[in-house]
Amino acid sequence: MKISRWAIAALALAAPAVAFAQTAVNPKYTYLTFAVFAAIIGVTMYITYLAAKRTKTAADFYAAGGGISGLQNGWAIAGDYLSAASFLGIAGLISLYGYDGFMYSVGWLVAYITVLLVIAEPCRNIGKYTMADILAFRNDPKTVRTFMAISTITVSTFYLTAQMVGGGVLVKTLIGIDYEISVMTVGVLMLAYVVFGGMVATTYVQIIKAVLLVIASLLMVALVWSQYGFSLPGFLDAAVADPNVQGRVAAMLGDASKNMTATELGQRFLEPGLLFKNPIDQVSLGMALVLGTAGLPHILMRFFTVPTAQAARKSVIWAMAIIGGFYVLTLFLGLGAAMKVGPSNITAIDKGGNMAAPLLAQFLGGGADSMLGNLMLAFVAAVAFATIVAVVAGLVLAAASAMSHDLWVGVIKGDKATSDEEVRAARICSVLVGILAIIIGILAQGQNVAHLVALAFAVAASANLPVILLTLYWKKCNTAGVVAGLVVGTVTAIGLVMVSPNMTYPKAIKAAAQKIIDAAPARIAKLEGDLAAATEPAAKEKFAKAIAGAKKDVAGSQATLKKYEGQTTSLVGLEKPLFELRNPGLISIPAGFLAVILFSLLTTDRRALSTWDELYVRSNTGLGRAATAKH
Amino acid sequence: MSQQTLNWSAIEADPRFQELHAKKSFFLWGLMAFSVVYYFALPLGAAYMTDVFKIKVWGPINVGILFALSEFIVAWGIAFIYSRRAAQFDAMAEEINRDAAKIGA
Repeated sequence: MKISRWAIAALALAAPAVAFAQTAVNPKYTYLTFAVFAAIIGVTMYITYLAAKRTKTAADFYAAGGGISGLQNGWAIAGDYLSAASFLGIAGLISLYGYDGFMYSVGWLVAYITVLLVIAEPCRNIGKYTMADILAFRNDPKTVRTFMAISTITVSTFYLTAQMVGGGVLVKTLIGIDYEISVMTVGVLMLAYVVFGGMVATTYVQIIKAVLLVIASLLMVALVWSQYGFSLPGFLDAAVADPNVQGRVAAMLGDASKNMTATELGQRFLEPGLLFKNPIDQVSLGMALVLGTAGLPHILMRFFTVPTAQAARKSVIWAMAIIGGFYVLTLFLGLGAAMKVGPSNITAIDKGGNMAAPLLAQFLGGGADSMLGNLMLAFVAAVAFATIVAVVAGLVLAAASAMSHDLWVGVIKGDKATSDEEVRAARICSVLVGILAIIIGILAQGQNVAHLVALAFAVAASANLPVILLTLYWKKCNTAGVVAGLVVGTVTAIGLVMVSPNMTYPKAIKAAAQKIIDAAPARIAKLEGDLAAATEPAAKEKFAKAIAGAKKDVAGSQATLKKYEGQTTSLVGLEKPLFELRNPGLISIPAGFLAVILFSLLTTDRRALSTWDELYVRSNTGLGRAATAKH
Repeated sequence: MSQQTLNWSAIEADPRFQELHAKKSFFLWGLMAFSVVYYFALPLGAAYMTDVFKIKVWGPINVGILFALSEFIVAWGIAFIYSRRAAQFDAMAEEINRDAAKIGA
C-alpha cells in the first residue's frame, strides 16, 4: 500500500491533469462503483416494497402514520438535511480555504437550536401533515393554504433544482455516465420511493443514507487521523507544514505572500479571511441559515411523523448530535484532502472543490490505480448518490403534500375528500413534481445553480418562518398578516437575489476576460525570459508550467468572450449588481416580519383572536393532538 | 377526552398554565437570544478581531479554531440543558392535561 501511495503521489506531481482526467473513478474499476450503487438501490427498493404495504391512509403517506420514533426521526432529519452541498461542498471548502470553510459549517448546526427551542414541539402539537395546517388553525383556511402551498412549492423547487443539477454533475464527474441519464436515474429512483412508499420509505431511505454517510466519514477520518496518532495539534501541525497547503495559500495571497515563511503560509490556512471578504454578507447568510432551516417545509414535515412532542424534541437533539458530529469530521476530511490529494488536484476535477472527499477516499484506499482505493471511492460516490436521492425524495414529498393536501383537498375540495382519494391525489402530485424536477434538472444543465440553495433558505427565513412563528406565538397575528408576510418575504428575497452579485453579469465577466488576454503577451514574454535564464531543472519546470498555465488562461478567457458574445446585461437587464449582498436575509427577513406585524395590526380577525387560547394551550401541552392525528 | 368539551380560555387562564407559560417563555427565548449572540460573534469576530483569532494557543491551534469548535460545544450544551429543563415543563403540562376536562367546566 505504501508503494502505491508513492506511485500515485509521483503520478499526481508529474501530470495532475492526466492522473485525474474527467472522472474520479478509474475506468478499469467502474464495475465496483456499479456494484456498490446496485447494492444500495437494491436495499432501498426492498424497503420501499415493505413500506408500500404499510402505506394505506393519508396519514401513512404524509406522516408515516406518526409511527416514527425520536431516534429514527433524528437520523432521518440528518439524512434529509445533509445534502451533497454539505457532505461534499463543505469538505471541499475546507480543503480549498481552510478555516473559513470550517466556520461556514457552524451555521448549519446552530440553525437547529431555533428548530429545537421554538419550532419542533409546537409544530408537532398543532400541525398534521403540512406547514399550512399550522396556519389554517387560526386563519382563514383556504386563503392561507393557497399562499403557504405556493411558498412551499417555491422553496422546494429552488432547492430541488439545485439538488438535481448538482446531483447530475456529481454522478457524471464521479462515474462518467451522461448528465441526462444521471438526472433521470435520480428522478426515477426518488419517484419510486415517494410514490409507492410515501413518508415511510422516504424516512428509511434518509436513515440509511445518514448511517452510510456517518460510517464513510468515520472510516476516512480514522484512516487519515491515525497517521498522526489521533492528536489534534499533531494533525494541524502536519497541515501547516504541508507543501500542498502552503502552495495553495501562496497562490491565493499572491504578492502579499512574498515575505512570508513556509510555516507562516501554512498557519495562514488555519486563520480566517481566505474565502469570506464581506462580514455583512456573512451575517446575512447566517441569518438565513439560522432562521431559514426552521422554515424549510421538508424539514418541518418530519415533525409530523413522530407520536409526541417529546419525541419531536428527542429527534432534534439526535439530529443535532449527528449533524454537528458530522461537521466536526468534515474538518478532518477537508484538511486531510488538502494535504493528501492537494488543492490543485481537487480543483482540476471540480472547481468548487466538491471532489475533495471522494478523492481523499480513493487516496486512503491506496490511490487511483488500486482496487481498494477505487472501492472506497465507489462507496463514497454511492453515499453521495444516496444523499441526493434521499434529499430529493424529502423535497418532492413536501411539495407534493402542499399540492394535494393544501391545494387539492383543502382549497378545491373544501376538506371533503376520503383518505383513499387523498392518497391517490398525493401520489399523482408526487409524479407531477417528480417529472417537473427531472425536466428542470435537464433544462438547467450547465447553469449556475449554487445560489438557488441560498435562495431557498432566504425565502424560508423571510416568508415561512415569520408567519409560522407569529401564528404560534403572537395573539394578534391574523390572515391578512400571514398573506402579507408570505408575499413580501418571498418577493423581497427573490427580488434582491435577482439584482445581487449571484447573477451572471456578462459585461463584467467579458471585461475581466479581456484584461487577462491583454496582459497575457507581456506575462508570457517575461516568463519565457525567466525560463531561458533559469539553470536549475526545478526552476525550469516551474517556469514552463507557468507559461503553459498562462496560455491556458488565454484560451479560457477567449472561450468566455465567445460564450457571452452579444450579451451585455444580466437576466433582469442589469450591467452590474444593484444590491451588494449575496444573501438577501439581512433585508428580506425583517421585511417579512414587519409585513406580518403591520398587516395584522391594521386588520381585525375574530377567528384568529378566538382560536388563540386553544392554539396556545395545545401548542404548550399537546392537548387534543391525539384526536387530530386520527381523522 | 374529547376536545370539544375542553374550555380553552379557562385552561389558558389557569394559574398553573400561566406559570408554565411564564417559565417556558423566559427560558426558551433567553436561551435563543444567547445562542444567536454567540453564533454571530463567530463571523463578526473573524472579520473585526482577526488578530485575536490568530493568537496561537496550543501548537498550531489558534483562538479562532477554538472559538469555532466551542460553537459546537455550546450548541450541544444548549440541547442538553434544554432536554433536562423540558422534563420539568413536561411534568407541569402533564398535570394540566390531567385536570383539563375539569378546568372551567
